[in-house]
Amino acid sequence: MDYEGRVWKFGDNVDTDLIIPARFLNESDETILAGHCFSELRPDFAEEVKQGDILVAGTNFGCGSSREHAPLAIKASGIRLIVAQSYARIFYRNAFNIGLPALEAEEPLEGLRDRIRVSVSLESGRLRDLESGRSYRVRPIPPFMREIIRAGGLVPYVKGRARAEGNWRLY
Amino acid sequence: MERHALPMTITEKILARHAGNRSVRPGDLVEVEVDLALANDITAPLAIRVFHELEAERVFDPEKVVLVQDHFVPNKDIASAAQVKMMAEFAEALGISHYFDLGEAGIEHVILPERGLVVPGDLVIGADSHTCTYGALGAFAAGVGSTDLGVIWATGKTWLRVPETILLVFEGQRPRWVGGKDYILSVIGRLGVDGASYKALEFRGGALEGLPMHHRFTMANMAVEAGAKNGIFHADAVARDYVREHASRSGELFKSDDEARYLRVEHFDVSDMEPQVALPNSPDNVAPISAVDPVRLDQVFIGSCTNGRLGDLREAFEVLKDRKVARGTRLIMIPGSPRVYLEAVREGMVEGFLKAGAVLGPPCCGPCLGGHMGVLGRGETALSTTNRNFVGRMGHTESRVYLANPAVAAASAVLGRIGSPAEL
Ligand code: SF4
Repeated sequence: MDYEGRVWKFGDNVDTDLIIPARFLNESDETILAGHCFSELRPDFAEEVKQGDILVAGTNFGCGSSREHAPLAIKASGIRLIVAQSYARIFYRNAFNIGLPALEAEEPLEGLRDRIRVSVSLESGRLRDLESGRSYRVRPIPPFMREIIRAGGLVPYVKGRARAEGNWRLY
Repeated sequence: MERHALPMTITEKILARHAGNRSVRPGDLVEVEVDLALANDITAPLAIRVFHELEAERVFDPEKVVLVQDHFVPNKDIASAAQVKMMAEFAEALGISHYFDLGEAGIEHVILPERGLVVPGDLVIGADSHTCTYGALGAFAAGVGSTDLGVIWATGKTWLRVPETILLVFEGQRPRWVGGKDYILSVIGRLGVDGASYKALEFRGGALEGLPMHHRFTMANMAVEAGAKNGIFHADAVARDYVREHASRSGELFKSDDEARYLRVEHFDVSDMEPQVALPNSPDNVAPISAVDPVRLDQVFIGSCTNGRLGDLREAFEVLKDRKVARGTRLIMIPGSPRVYLEAVREGMVEGFLKAGAVLGPPCCGPCLGGHMGVLGRGETALSTTNRNFVGRMGHTESRVYLANPAVAAASAVLGRIGSPAEL
């Protein structure tokens, strides 16, 4: 699985209130949520983000609440992939569950800036800055998570497994 | 093939039991049976959507699903009314017994233990990050997102990575005006907001013996503020008494083995501990109250799943009775459940709070998440007994929030600035 896109660069400890403030959680429609994504941190984000863009962040990305509205809003805005130094546990799980891959960088992503084009290969665990040619190591995702991404998220994954092996019985 | 029974922590033992294994090790991915699966008015709608996408016909056990209206109720606007309605209809259609509507509902993490829905040894998963609160009862409890929860409703199972455990040992004598909130703030201050990411926190030590349950709930509640997956206590006599009083089941008592392996051990001597305050804009920005500037306050909030229990209100009452909230400062108080509210009325606390100049809200999350009842305006400063003070958490991005225990909150409301009850 390969990705190529423009970078949106964020710092450390970006919490779920910054991704999508709680006052917008009276909605669960993801296109509406996407309209408020990062509205306070990056007021230009919702307008200017393009399909296929890549979000790059520092440590503990997505800390705070369990709201799945956070990865949903990011995904619905057009972001295809997140690469961060580290994630808060629930956000990480949620992102994979909705079919949004979240990769961990194995070295600081200091050289990356907004709007640089990068390519990311899940197989080789490489992120390449297509302007400077510099490349960064990213941790390969565990096979189990890769299966979830390949299936398109936890829902199709569980449906598939319930059909295939009856291991996850649906009531 | 069964593994040799290794020494395990309490977290590992509960996970092993629910995975049907004799033992598990940190890092193992296990599929576990879930005893209770919880959602609220914000997270349920997405979980319901997932449940329908899975084309499941029934929930795995209608007795083990809990739905609580607490975040944006009484309905704050038309959109939240639609979410609450969706939840009510789902509960009705699927025969969910533990659906808590207004009148019965309070903050989920206050009412579940109160209604006896969680007992020691349970494995509880909730679509709310503060689900970890139930670790105070010796249960494994962790928050997930709505998709995970929808899948649990449809299958009764989920997968978890067995976390490594950080052991936190508290020793010493609890000083006056210091308690669980101060203990856990010192932990978060020391570990940092991601210091326990993906890990379990285990709370032990002589200082916790006899510590009332409401302090323990506060501590387990904020485990997630250090990034932890769960926070857990051993169910001792205090916890067992609580369970006996509230639940019909007694649960199963698990205990960490003496040789259990910990990632690391942190010691806290509470004897000289002052009340702790988390400064804006992060719960790990912690200082003892004597080192905090006496900042003027626009608002004080006492409530939430962290400090909205009866014991918390009693501590606030000790400070507030026969005193007045300072002019220019608003004091909002929200009892965490209808039972807490009723008991506060019976004990005469509500009259005392009203005479002091507080405003009391109906049991719900209230201003904690900045969407409803008591939202902070631009440039305003609040002190709150809640668990998070991120930028914009309680309102405008240019508002500031300090976190502290209920006695400090009450004293600060009287002083109109950050201050300790010892100053009064
Ligand atoms: S009181 Fe606050 S932290 Fe607790 S469940 Fe409600 S919104 Fe979440």
